[in-house]
Amino acid sequence: MTESLQQIINGISLGSIYALIALGYTMIYGVLRFINFAHGDVFMIGAFVGFYLTPFIHRMFGGSVILVGVVVVLCAMAICSLLGIIIEKVAYRPLRSRPKLTILITAIGVSLFLEYGGQLIFGPDPKLFPTLIPSLTVFESQGVILNVNSLIVMATAFILMLILRFIVFKTKMGTAMRAVSYSHQAASLMGINIDTVVTTVFAIGSSLAAAAAILYASVYPSINPLMGIFPGLKAFIAAVLGGIGNLYGAALGGLIIGLIETFVTGYISSTYRDAIVFSILIFILLLKPSGIMGRFEAEKV
Amino acid sequence: MIREIYYLTATAILVIAGLIISCGGQTNENEILVGEYSSLTGTTATFGQSTHRGLSMAVDETNLAGGILGKKIKLITEDTQSKPEEAAMAVTKLIFRDRVCAIIGEVSSSRSLAAAPICQDNGVPMVSNASTNPEVTRKGDYIFRVCYIDPFQGEILAKFAYNSLGCRRVAILKDVKNDYSVGLAQYFAEKFQELGGQITGEQAYSEGDTDFKAQLTAVKGAEPDAVIVPGYYTEAALIVKQARELNMQMPFIGGDGWDSAKLVEIGGAAMDNTFFSTAYSADDPNPVVQDFVKSYRAIYNESPDAFAVLGYDAGKLLFDAIGRAGNTKGENLRDALAATKNFPGVSGVITIDAERNAQKSIVIIAVSEGQMKFRETINP
Repeated sequence: MTESLQQIINGISLGSIYALIALGYTMIYGVLRFINFAHGDVFMIGAFVGFYLTPFIHRMFGGSVILVGVVVVLCAMAICSLLGIIIEKVAYRPLRSRPKLTILITAIGVSLFLEYGGQLIFGPDPKLFPTLIPSLTVFESQGVILNVNSLIVMATAFILMLILRFIVFKTKMGTAMRAVSYSHQAASLMGINIDTVVTTVFAIGSSLAAAAAILYASVYPSINPLMGIFPGLKAFIAAVLGGIGNLYGAALGGLIIGLIETFVTGYISSTYRDAIVFSILIFILLLKPSGIMGRFEAEKV
Repeated sequence: MIREIYYLTATAILVIAGLIISCGGQTNENEILVGEYSSLTGTTATFGQSTHRGLSMAVDETNLAGGILGKKIKLITEDTQSKPEEAAMAVTKLIFRDRVCAIIGEVSSSRSLAAAPICQDNGVPMVSNASTNPEVTRKGDYIFRVCYIDPFQGEILAKFAYNSLGCRRVAILKDVKNDYSVGLAQYFAEKFQELGGQITGEQAYSEGDTDFKAQLTAVKGAEPDAVIVPGYYTEAALIVKQARELNMQMPFIGGDGWDSAKLVEIGGAAMDNTFFSTAYSADDPNPVVQDFVKSYRAIYNESPDAFAVLGYDAGKLLFDAIGRAGNTKGENLRDALAATKNFPGVSGVITIDAERNAQKSIVIIAVSEGQMKFRETINP
């Protein structure tokens, strides 16, 4: 029982990070109907931005752990949203009227460019991510431990999702995003500037990936230029599982994948973990391609 | 922006083309070509870079002293990117394109196992610097190594855990995709049970994983006295760090895969109360070791790790054999390597046995207060 409870905490903490990355996949799919395979690599860049900025920010803001953490997350989000906008402008926008396959292949190209460009610039060896969150136990009862970093990961993910929900459902830009996800043509006839909407979506999606990266790197502090591949793939599966294009679905899918991974590793063997997660992708595509929550077009972003 | 990308691409193409042209078919009568395949990039990059530095130093020292057989040694290095398939490709290139007379590498047993059959089939002697899985040299009579093998390392670790640390119940957390890790775990378990200890459970992970809390939670349930993690430093450090977060304060024990400054850098204070076995320690008072450390520091401005030493020893041992063989023919070189006796290496006095493995001593390192400290030397 103790063990299961601990595994649930481990799983939710991992799942919240997948959920944040999955939101980016799902938002971009919502407006452009393509999978941005470079998303996992934007996540990687987010971690490296944190890696290089933390010492500066530490010097500027001094010892306050919370302040430094928040500023690092915000800076990484800002820089990655800029990166997302640039990627969209340079690589995807010129191809938007072409067949979807073209843009998909371009996305794979951008992904490889970031991975191997990263190896060239940052170096291929794993780097130690600075400690942003001190390792303290918040709560311990009968062997179940809630560590402060698990708590911060879950809380930050939850807060970011609430903010995203507000943007999508309560603001003018959010309404425009939902309109564009219905139909580009109809939305542009209504006077919505599609380019602005797409840019905004890339900015938001990439900034969520950056936030996820800082959380991920704080918990698992070894970062390298290829670190985005697996979390990216897992988050993609989470997005498909939840119903791609659906925000709640991405969040739910992330949590489910996190929990499944943890339980498979804890009770069966880590050898089968990735196999099981990837077979979920196949089963979902075979049995219910729209995913768990992918029915309501109205919620598509 | 787009123009810059064009320039970058054009430059990249020119550079690559230049490299290809400059690599092709240089044979010089006054040079002995020696090949090296090494993980200069990827998950075990520090291993490959260390062995490469050690080997380069051995080559430079030998050439400064006049070379061997009146010829200079020329080292040709290929990167394996820490992948077995790349190792096979690298060795194929070294043999067929560069026509090297002998090959040195690799640290990882998985990669040496991928390369060894190719060297064996083509009659090119291969000296592994740090692959400790016994299978490596069983690939054939052209395959040698300068490090100890896992059964010996596993036995020492089991004795150390049972006698020195007084552990009776030990859990294993191994990298299932890695021959080295699986082998070391098995030899440890056999010896530990023979001594009267109990293995409380085996959990698995794969190289490149970052989240180990699920496995550790399962390990914790069995309440072991110690946990053995026979993997590599990146994962080992993350494992220990996450274990301490789950309030698991028992000792963690590893093999020479832990031997990297990154271990303490990544693991930080969590690494206190951990131990690992390795080929050498820079704190070892032996004058041969201290001289080596001094010259290495003078060149690279850092303290050599065990892999630098093994890279150096692999080079020196091979050059010694070339000198004794009198020429660079594969079969003569093989016989000279097999006849190596009491070779004074930095990592210990090396004798090549009938299985083409090195007989030599082993060192236990203890980590405390963020420092790796020499604890004891154990002879075979």
